[in-house]
Amino acid sequence: MDFLRPASWEEALAAKAEHPTAVPIAGGTDVMVEINFDHRRPEYLLDLNRVGDLYEWEVGEDAVRLGASVPYTAIMENLRAELPGLALASHTVASPQIRNRGGVGGNLGTASPAGDAHPALLAAGAEVEVASAARGTRLIPIDAFYTGVKRNALQPDELIRAVRVKKADGPQQYSKVGTRNAMVIAVCAFGLALHPRTRTVRTGIGSAAPTPVRAKTAEEFLNAALEEGGFWDNGKIITPSVAKRFADLCSAACNPIDDVRGTASYRRHAVGVMARRTLTWTWESYRGARRATEGAA
Amino acid sequence: MRVNFTVNGRPQEADDVWEGESLLYVLRERLGLPGSKNACEQGECGSCTVRLDGVPVCSCLVAAGQVEGRDVVTVEGLADYARQRSSGTGARGGTSLDEAKGWQAKGADSQTGEGAGLSPVQQAFIDAGAVQCGFCTPGLLVAADEMLERNPNPTDADIREALSGNLCRCTGYEKIMDAVRLAAARQSEGV
Repeated sequence: MDFLRPASWEEALAAKAEHPTAVPIAGGTDVMVEINFDHRRPEYLLDLNRVGDLYEWEVGEDAVRLGASVPYTAIMENLRAELPGLALASHTVASPQIRNRGGVGGNLGTASPAGDAHPALLAAGAEVEVASAARGTRLIPIDAFYTGVKRNALQPDELIRAVRVKKADGPQQYSKVGTRNAMVIAVCAFGLALHPRTRTVRTGIGSAAPTPVRAKTAEEFLNAALEEGGFWDNGKIITPSVAKRFADLCSAACNPIDDVRGTASYRRHAVGVMARRTLTWTWESYRGARRATEGAA
Repeated sequence: MRVNFTVNGRPQEADDVWEGESLLYVLRERLGLPGSKNACEQGECGSCTVRLDGVPVCSCLVAAGQVEGRDVVTVEGLADYARQRSSGTGARGGTSLDEAKGWQAKGADSQTGEGAGLSPVQQAFIDAGAVQCGFCTPGLLVAADEMLERNPNPTDADIREALSGNLCRCTGYEKIMDAVRLAAARQSEGV
């Protein structure tokens, strides 16, 4: 095994171009487990800890450019207003020790369906910024990023530089099912974001299909129901039958398996429950914000 | 490969390190510091917790090569680390490898730990009876000490969250909670 230690982003891309089989390691919270258990013996380890750019984030007008290695702890502490869904998801990652090391780049690189960040990224709307020495930077829409179980759209010579996540324009929620609060791989997880500016709702489902997925039919149903009922304007409570139908469609968007953490039917059921709850939480928060603005005017 | 880094305030050099080796292995097997415990090797249990550039991490998940030039504090250096922090001296003398290897929670009195040069959180663990088999203790001490540095007046929820990455299979955590509350109370009284 060789340990490659690039000191800059350019050097990292050059190293990855020269050794496409090199396994990038940043927080190490996935890679080191595989090495410790002898599940993986990469020819090259590509250490990204020295690439300072990866630990920085920029808050722009419409989006946050979040460096791939920004630890979950920093997301929780600094980006709660801009990226509330991702901040909530970050807080459910493992333990303080793991959150101090791991970041979204690792979640995306591993592309496990159980990665905690994925539902939040899908719901908020995000683009993955990847780069290679030969072809420069390209942006992959999050919907096109996950291509299979632990597979993603990266080319062998590419590295993840950052993820560009749209700043929240409305309430966002994140929910995760597990046996305790800490140190849990999600049985399943659900992210929901209201986008009042475009009057749309986006979702993300984790651990209930071969890849993280959106419940697109459920989104379309809810978008139409909210529009028809004038809910965005009148701020009424969402009709229970609408919430129920939305939850059922979210369940139907799952394609889960039975495994040690839970059965397929439990996952389907739990995703429906989380969908209904997160819809209620976000909608109540939207109504509250509306009332506050009206009261002020 | 060779790895140069700072352990408990002193520069150290580890030779013949395999590229896939963890920081935990280097500390225990190459530097002879077995305080950080090896249990799950997958970041679940927290018994290998050390501070890397001040931040608590599972040393089993840090590749040895990643610590080149960086600063590690282990449980063996915790007493010195806490002492230097409270005395407010910027320049740290650190703990030599031999001192660290010989470090024991024993002093003039093996029951109370008095005179052993314990950090406040270590003394509190003894006083509160928070140590049973002791295997999880080093990781808990490092994690608890860091939390008290950051948050001198923690709520019970703060303590639980800070220690949520450290598993203990003996105590049921109640005595550990007591110990951290005790350390926090003593710290705020300046005892």
